[in-house]
Amino acid sequence: MRIVVPIKQVPETRSVKMDEKTGTVIRDGVESIVNPLDLYAIEAALILKERYNAETIAVSMGPPQAAAALKEALSMGIDNALLVSDRAFAGSDTWATAYVLAEAVKTLGNIDLIICGERATDGDTGQVGPEMAAYLKMPLGTYVNGIQDFTDGKLTFSRLVEHGEETVSMELPGLLTVVKEVSDPRLPTLNGKIRARETEMPVLSFDDMELDVKLLGLKGSPTRVVKIFRPKVTRECELQTAEDEAAVAKSADRLFSFLQEREVI
Amino acid sequence: MSDVWIFSEQFNGKIETVSFELLHRAAALAEKKQCRLCAVQIGPELPDAELNRLIECGANVVYAVEAPELADFNPEPYTACLLDLIKKYEPEIIIAAATTTGRTVLPYAAMPAHAGLTADCTELDIEEDTGLLLQTRPAIGGNIMATIKTPECRPQMATVRPHSGRPAIPQPGRTGEIIKIKPDADLLKSKTEVTGFEASSDELLLQDAEKVVIVGRGIKRPENLALIHQLCDALGAALGATRDVVDRGWLSYPHQVGLSGKTINPKLCVSVGVSGAIQQLAGMQTAENIIAINSDPEAQIFKVADIGIVGDLFDVVPALIEKIRNGEVSC
Repeated sequence: MRIVVPIKQVPETRSVKMDEKTGTVIRDGVESIVNPLDLYAIEAALILKERYNAETIAVSMGPPQAAAALKEALSMGIDNALLVSDRAFAGSDTWATAYVLAEAVKTLGNIDLIICGERATDGDTGQVGPEMAAYLKMPLGTYVNGIQDFTDGKLTFSRLVEHGEETVSMELPGLLTVVKEVSDPRLPTLNGKIRARETEMPVLSFDDMELDVKLLGLKGSPTRVVKIFRPKVTRECELQTAEDEAAVAKSADRLFSFLQEREVI
Repeated sequence: MSDVWIFSEQFNGKIETVSFELLHRAAALAEKKQCRLCAVQIGPELPDAELNRLIECGANVVYAVEAPELADFNPEPYTACLLDLIKKYEPEIIIAAATTTGRTVLPYAAMPAHAGLTADCTELDIEEDTGLLLQTRPAIGGNIMATIKTPECRPQMATVRPHSGRPAIPQPGRTGEIIKIKPDADLLKSKTEVTGFEASSDELLLQDAEKVVIVGRGIKRPENLALIHQLCDALGAALGATRDVVDRGWLSYPHQVGLSGKTINPKLCVSVGVSGAIQQLAGMQTAENIIAINSDPEAQIFKVADIGIVGDLFDVVPALIEKIRNGEVSC
């Protein structure tokens, strides 16, 4: 069994600050991390590796520094890594990203399973996984919260949907996108870190693949960002301060009368 | 044809509320574009009366692709059927709900269709001079909003957060056309099969609740949640939580409200100890009435609240619970 885990390096979004004047994101000094949901995908792959003696390969598309994300995957126990990097890929939307990543996966030969995190915390689209599956003509399982069994070429897994939990059987090769519940990511080990440092990181660029330049990068992307702005919050808030016992009682009274006015109790 | 389509969903033979929310949004788009509004309903066979609800809520045409094999959601046949319709009727715009189904089918279809797709939109509009779909969504953890369009590729596709808008109001007697389609056998082929299903009620409670209490980090310790449960009981409200609370393991993920959790649109939202980071607000700011209780007068949550109490939640919440229980305002 050969498993590919596509991962993404993202800014630590919770530490992202906004420039109040320009309305732009301040990226300086923001730490880059492996997309948190991808860690669950890596762990799911590692569990299958241990259970079925699978080979695991992490792939990332991004600038050269995305190699750091791949090194982290290696230090957790992933066998091999592949960096997909070229200036020509910059500005790709999800369609173009899925196209390049899927073509990169094709260079790896026969693959049985691709496991993706459900979404990345920066783009937050959750589209690249399903789009890769479509491009590679693989069956797709999304919102996977548990992988149960692999027998006779069929993978059994469960997925979390609005009304409950489904059990699904899939003939491999296939692609899964996983949610937090699927696994409990392990920490990198010291040995893993040493191995990650020593492992050579192959880089796949535009020239190494058979790509149509018209289908990638900013120009090849079907979608365009036309405007970026700060979300506006609008509501006139009636503010009361509950600094002592009397004020607390008064606040509770006012809240209660508000609930009555708005006919919610 | 330059129609606007919505991707309708059903569960257990009943069309889901999100489909009517989509019709409500898409009707405005179709009106601006002066084109027809069509609903695509892929699934098991539904009675005409059920499909007619889509027409009563604004659809001019319903394409009902029906087969017993489509009873369970399955990405391959659902997408194959949608792609078949796209090829045949060439819609200009397709919008789907950002549900587990919509967020699976649309990207799976966008790739072979070479369509532009935008996820989790909170606002859709038509650009005046070009007639293009303007898709607005939160980005970078909700710190900014981005407006996106698809200049050339067709169809223009988008998913829309469920409960981010109101459902269309049915107009009894409204007429339209129901086109029933039996898909070819090769469209129904699949390498996956749903072999089991276990229903849960937890998730439903929060998104369909009329009243929701959202608890944030201000609650300090998991033991203190008992107080919030009492408030929920007194109000008859469901319990939601911020990501901070869920990440600490104090409440489970189905409770999470916000950009990486659920979007709710209840009649009443009471936020307790919630700071109001943009990511949190994205999940609840469309609630009809918002109450905020927080000790920090500068907290962002007060900007979206109708009424805010600056104070210690451990003082204010018990006083409020007692007031609701006694059912009277003292003077």
